[in-house]
Amino acid sequence: MKVLVPIKRVIDYNVKVRVKADNSNVDLANVKMAINPFCEIAVEEAVRLKEAGIATEVIAVSIGSKSCQEQLRTALALGADRAIQIETDESLDSINVAKLLQKIVEEEQPQLVILGKQSIDSDNNQTGQMLAALTGMAQGTFASAISIDGDKVNVTREVDSGLQTIALNLPAIVTTDLRLNEPRYASLPNIMKAKRKPLVVKPAADFGIDLTARTNLIKVTPPAERKAGIIVKSIDELVEKLKNEAKVIS
Amino acid sequence: MSILVFAEHDNSELKADTLKTVAAAQAMGGEIHLLVAGHNCQAIAEAASKVNGVSKVLVADNAAYEHQLAENVSLLVTELAADYTHIIATALTTGKNFMPRVAALLDVTQISDIIAVESSDTFVRPIYAGNAIATVQSLDNKKVITVRSTGFDAVATDGNAEIVAVDQVTDAGISSYVSEKLSVSERPELGAASVIVSGGRGMQNGENFKLLDGIADKLGAAIGASRAAVDAGFVANDMQVGQTGKIVAPDLYIAVGISGAIQHLAGMKDSKVIVAINKDAEAPIFQVADYGLVADLFDALPELESKL
Ligand SMILES: Cc1cc2nc3c(=O)[nH]c(=O)nc-3n(C[C@H](O)[C@H](O)[C@H](O)COP(=O)(O)OP(=O)(O)OC[C@H]3O[C@@H](n4cnc5c(N)ncnc54)[C@H](O)[C@@H]3O)c2cc1C
Ligand SMILES: Cc1cc2nc3c(=O)[nH]c(=O)nc-3n(C[C@H](O)[C@H](O)[C@H](O)COP(=O)(O)OP(=O)(O)OC[C@H]3O[C@@H](n4cnc5c(N)ncnc54)[C@H](O)[C@@H]3O)c2cc1C
Repeated sequence: MKVLVPIKRVIDYNVKVRVKADNSNVDLANVKMAINPFCEIAVEEAVRLKEAGIATEVIAVSIGSKSCQEQLRTALALGADRAIQIETDESLDSINVAKLLQKIVEEEQPQLVILGKQSIDSDNNQTGQMLAALTGMAQGTFASAISIDGDKVNVTREVDSGLQTIALNLPAIVTTDLRLNEPRYASLPNIMKAKRKPLVVKPAADFGIDLTARTNLIKVTPPAERKAGIIVKSIDELVEKLKNEAKVIS
Repeated sequence: MSILVFAEHDNSELKADTLKTVAAAQAMGGEIHLLVAGHNCQAIAEAASKVNGVSKVLVADNAAYEHQLAENVSLLVTELAADYTHIIATALTTGKNFMPRVAALLDVTQISDIIAVESSDTFVRPIYAGNAIATVQSLDNKKVITVRSTGFDAVATDGNAEIVAVDQVTDAGISSYVSEKLSVSERPELGAASVIVSGGRGMQNGENFKLLDGIADKLGAAIGASRAAVDAGFVANDMQVGQTGKIVAPDLYIAVGISGAIQHLAGMKDSKVIVAINKDAEAPIFQVADYGLVADLFDALPELESKL
C-alpha cells in the first residue's frame, strides 16, 4: 500500500520566536527552520511500515514556497521514496491546506495518510482531521501506536484520560503524537541519495481550488511577562512565603 | 446570533471545562445552546441544564455517540449547525478530534485554542508555544472555534434550561471503538486542580514519583509531568503538561526536577504562583518561577512534605 505523508516547514523547536516591533507577525528572518517534529515522526512511521513490508511506497508532500524543498529532502533522506511540493508563497489557512492535500489524495490514492497532530508554529491541530472529513475517511488522531490488520488499521490514541484504541476502515488518516516512535537520524549516504530521489513541483494555482483567505491576522503581540521571582534559601522560607505572601496554601 | 456549545463529558460527569467554554460563548454574545452527545447520558443533560447562560440543552443519546467517535459526532454537529452562527467546543482531546471535521464539512477554517474574545468574529490565540499571541479575525460565515479553558472563568450553575432530545442518529460506520486504558486516580484532574505538583527527568524513575504523593495529598494537588518523564516511562501520557500535552493554570504549580524548556513552559506559565525546585541554579525554569529553591529534590521533597 501507498502511504502519503504531508510535512510542514516550521521554526526549529529549540528557537524562541520574537514578535516584530510593528506587531504585524513574528520575525522569521534568519531563523533556523526545520521539519515539524510531529511530521518527522509521521515520516518515520511510514518508513517503518515500508521496512516491515506493509507499505510499498512512501510519498512526502509539502505545501509552501521553494524553501520547503529542504524539508522534503530531509523526508527523502529519512526514507521516503519521492516528494511533491505544492508551490505557494501564501500562508494558507488549514482548510485550504487540507483541500490541496485532498487533490493529492485523489491523484495518488494512498491507503494511509500520516500527518503530524499539530505544527509547532501555528499550533492549530486541525489539518489531518479536515483532510479526513474532505476525503470521507476515518481518522485516528494523536496516535501512539498503529497496526495494520487486513482492511483495517488499529490506532491507539493519547487522550486526556489515558489511552483509547479504535479501529478504522482503510483508507484512513492518522495523526502522530510524540510517543509513536523515535525518528532516526538521516545518515550521510542517505542524505546524498535523497538528492537524486524524484521531487516534483506543482503550482498551487493549478489545482483549481479557491484559496481565498478565511482569516485575517490583525496583530501579533508578545505574551505578558511574568514579574521576576526570588530564590528562597530553605524549605522553611518557601513554606512561609507560600502561606503569608502568595497565600496559596494554608 | 446563536451559539452551539459542545458539552465535554464522559457519560458520567459533565466536565467543569464546559462552564468556562460557556463563558467564552457569552463573551461572543447571543443565545447559547448546549449539546450533550453520548450514551446513557441523561445525568449529563440534567447537569447541563443548570449551567448559567444556557437556554436549551440538546441531548443526542445513542450508542453511536458513546465513545464520541469523531466520524459520528462531526456528522451530528454538522447537521445541527444549520441553526447556529457559532459552533464551539473545549480544546481538549474530544473537541480537538472532531471539531476540525465539522469545520471542513461546513467549508470553514477553525480558530483553534482561543484564550480571549474580542468580538463575535475576532479572537485571541497563542501561537509558537505561547511565545506570541495572535489576534485573528474569522472571515467565514460560520465560526468553528475551540476554547482553551484556562482563558476563561467558569459560569455559575444555578440555571434552569429546557432539555430537548435530538432524534437523528448519524453513524458513519467507518470507525469503531476497541478498548481503552484509563488512568485511575483519586486525585483531582490536571485541568480542574488548584494545585499541581509536576516531576521531570530529575525524578530519575517512576518509583520516585511517590515522593510527590505525600505533598500532593497534603495540598489536594494533581500530579503532572514533563515530556521527558513521560517518554522515559516514569508516568502515564495523560500527565504531560506542555505545548503538546495539557495546558494548565492552577493557583500553585510546583515544578520539581524540570528544566523549563519552552514546550513545558507553554503548558503552565499562566499559573498564578510557580515554584521551582531544581539543583541547577541556571535552569530556565527559575526565570518564570515566583519562588525558586536550588536544591537536590531528594533532600527537598521529604522536608517539604514534613513542613506542610
Ligand atoms: C499568526 C497566525 C495565526 C493563524 N491562525 C490561523 C487560524 O486561526 N486558523 C487557521 O486555519 N489558520 C491560521 N493560520 C494559518 C496557519 O499558520 C497555517 O498556515 C495553516 O493553518 C496550515 O495548517 P497548520 O500548520 O496550522 O496545521 P496543523 O493542523 O497544526 O498541522 C498538522 C499537520 O498538517 C500537515 N500540514 C500542515 N501544513 C502543511 C503544509 N503546508 N504542507 C504539508 N502538510 C502540512 C502536517 O502534517 C502537520 O503536522 C494562522 C497563521 C498565522 C501566521
Ligand atoms: C515537538 C515537541 C513537543 C514537546 N512538547 C512538550 C510538552 O508538551 N511538555 C514538555 O514538558 N516537554 C515537551 N517537549 C520536550 C521539551 O523540549 C523538553 O525536552 C522537556 O520538557 C524536558 O523535560 P525535563 O525538564 O523533565 O528534562 P530535562 O530538560 O532533562 O531537565 C531535568 C532537570 O532536572 C534537574 N535535576 C536533575 N536531578 C535533580 C535532582 N536530584 N534534584 C533537583 N533537580 C534535578 C536538572 O538540573 C534539569 O534541570 C517537546 C519537545 C518537542 C520537540
